[in-house]
Amino acid sequence: MKDIKIQVNDLSLYYGEKKALKEISLEIPRNKVTALIGPSGCGKSTFLRCINRMNDLIPDVKITGQMLVEGVDIYDKNVDVVNIRKKIGMVFQKSNPFPKSIYENIAYGPKINGIKDKTQLDEIVETSLRQAAIWEEVKDRLGDSAMGLSGGQQQRLCIARTLAVSPDIILMDEPASALDPISTSKIEELVHELKEQYTIIIVTHNMQQAARTSDYTAFFYLGELIEIGKTNTIFTKPEQKQTEDYITGRFG
Amino acid sequence: METTIDETKKPFFSTEKKGVDVKGKFFVGITQIAVFLIIAILFVILGIIVYQGHDRFSWEFISSFPTDGMTKGGIFPALIGTFILVVVMSIAAVPFGTITAIYLTEYAKENSKIAAAVRFSVRTLAVVPSIIFGLFGLGFFIQFLGSGMDKAFNGGELHWGQPNILWASLTMSLLTLPVIIVSVEEALKTIPRELREASLALGATKWQTIKNVVLPGSVSGIMTGTILAVSRGAGEVAPVLFTGAAYYLATLPKSVSDQFMNLGYHIYIMSTQSSDVEKTMPIQFATTLVLLILTLSLNLVAVLIRSRIRRRAK
Repeated sequence: MKDIKIQVNDLSLYYGEKKALKEISLEIPRNKVTALIGPSGCGKSTFLRCINRMNDLIPDVKITGQMLVEGVDIYDKNVDVVNIRKKIGMVFQKSNPFPKSIYENIAYGPKINGIKDKTQLDEIVETSLRQAAIWEEVKDRLGDSAMGLSGGQQQRLCIARTLAVSPDIILMDEPASALDPISTSKIEELVHELKEQYTIIIVTHNMQQAARTSDYTAFFYLGELIEIGKTNTIFTKPEQKQTEDYITGRFG
Repeated sequence: METTIDETKKPFFSTEKKGVDVKGKFFVGITQIAVFLIIAILFVILGIIVYQGHDRFSWEFISSFPTDGMTKGGIFPALIGTFILVVVMSIAAVPFGTITAIYLTEYAKENSKIAAAVRFSVRTLAVVPSIIFGLFGLGFFIQFLGSGMDKAFNGGELHWGQPNILWASLTMSLLTLPVIIVSVEEALKTIPRELREASLALGATKWQTIKNVVLPGSVSGIMTGTILAVSRGAGEVAPVLFTGAAYYLATLPKSVSDQFMNLGYHIYIMSTQSSDVEKTMPIQFATTLVLLILTLSLNLVAVLIRSRIRRRAK
């Protein structure tokens, strides 16, 4: 019996008249990596962004259904979206460091939360950069601009920045799709280490990556959840024909 | 199969001499003449001003008061007066314009009626003739607000209900508000959406995001807008005509309730109302030269900053 972190019940999303997500129901287990796969436009990124309510930023979006995190519906009127985002962090497809120093990038989150003490901040910055496996590379130039880092380093910086606010859940939207193979494998290693402490949901269009890194996989198609299960099962004995067609490359 | 060269077939690219493209050359010619004319006119104007004005143009000219019924001496009080004017104007217009720009880019919803009304007002304000601003300043600031303040605080005694630096600066700030708003908006728009998203995804509120991510990026826009506003404020005459500019003052203004002398206004009175227009001709040209140098260099700085902003946007 698995430990459930997120329970989604009949979640639908409308962009104006267009229904982009159709009654999605699934469970995300705690401290595991769940991959969301599917062809372009299937709604996997849209669904991911529902988890930390980033779709609230888009005008004309309507969301129905429930998204229960540890039993609490995050779309409930009384819930403060700012608090949700402190517990559910996100790493974006294209790394987006602030045009500030490496230190200031990582310290941004804790400072927002009111932490002012320099020693505390220093500690958080070092811990986060270590967790993101980038401390050794930047420890001597924390004051340098983050914009001077390479693409792979910037993405690991963004991961460290997310870790600095101590979230429970980390959402990753195709975090390695803009990176070279070596940086990609570093990120994948990172994901593997992080799942001890965090629940990770990763969107990827790369099926091999999904097979390599995740414990559970969910296959989306045209806004619907077609199938979800243990990664091993999905990739060897999928139940739905559509899943099998996608996995074997017949479309997508 | 044998391939034979067909000698009667036309070659793929003609090697014959082509005819002259008359229409094309004509149009190119016209545009070249137009460009030449514009540059020539500019040079003629600048040339006349520099030629006629450079004699009087000196450090003494800039730093001394007018004398002998303003037929001799310098333009120091006009320079200081203009300086104070643009400073007070900036204090009023820059924060106001920046906040408006932030509202329009960060807070206003797509189809908000209020935002549409604000944008419409800004555009309209930008094309209102400057004399209208002057009349508004006289009617609203001086006769309504100023007199009202006198009745309320001074028991009717005339103090605020007359032309002074404060009213002239406020009037000028209305004129320059659109240029500040547009410049700040332009800078804010170059900040990519991804940075705002990154901040929000870390659990920051909208205001925290604006304060820590957006505002720092808007500084160059604020600078450009301010410089352009100052450049216009230094040169426009109509708004200060009846709101504060004085013909001659023996001393420098001491407070915002004093009147002031003004460079643009000075040129105007020198050429129309001075005691001896012939004698003051060199002064007029020299003053014009000062004003031109001032506004041109300010504009140049603003353009340079703006092009750096645009390069960053790419």
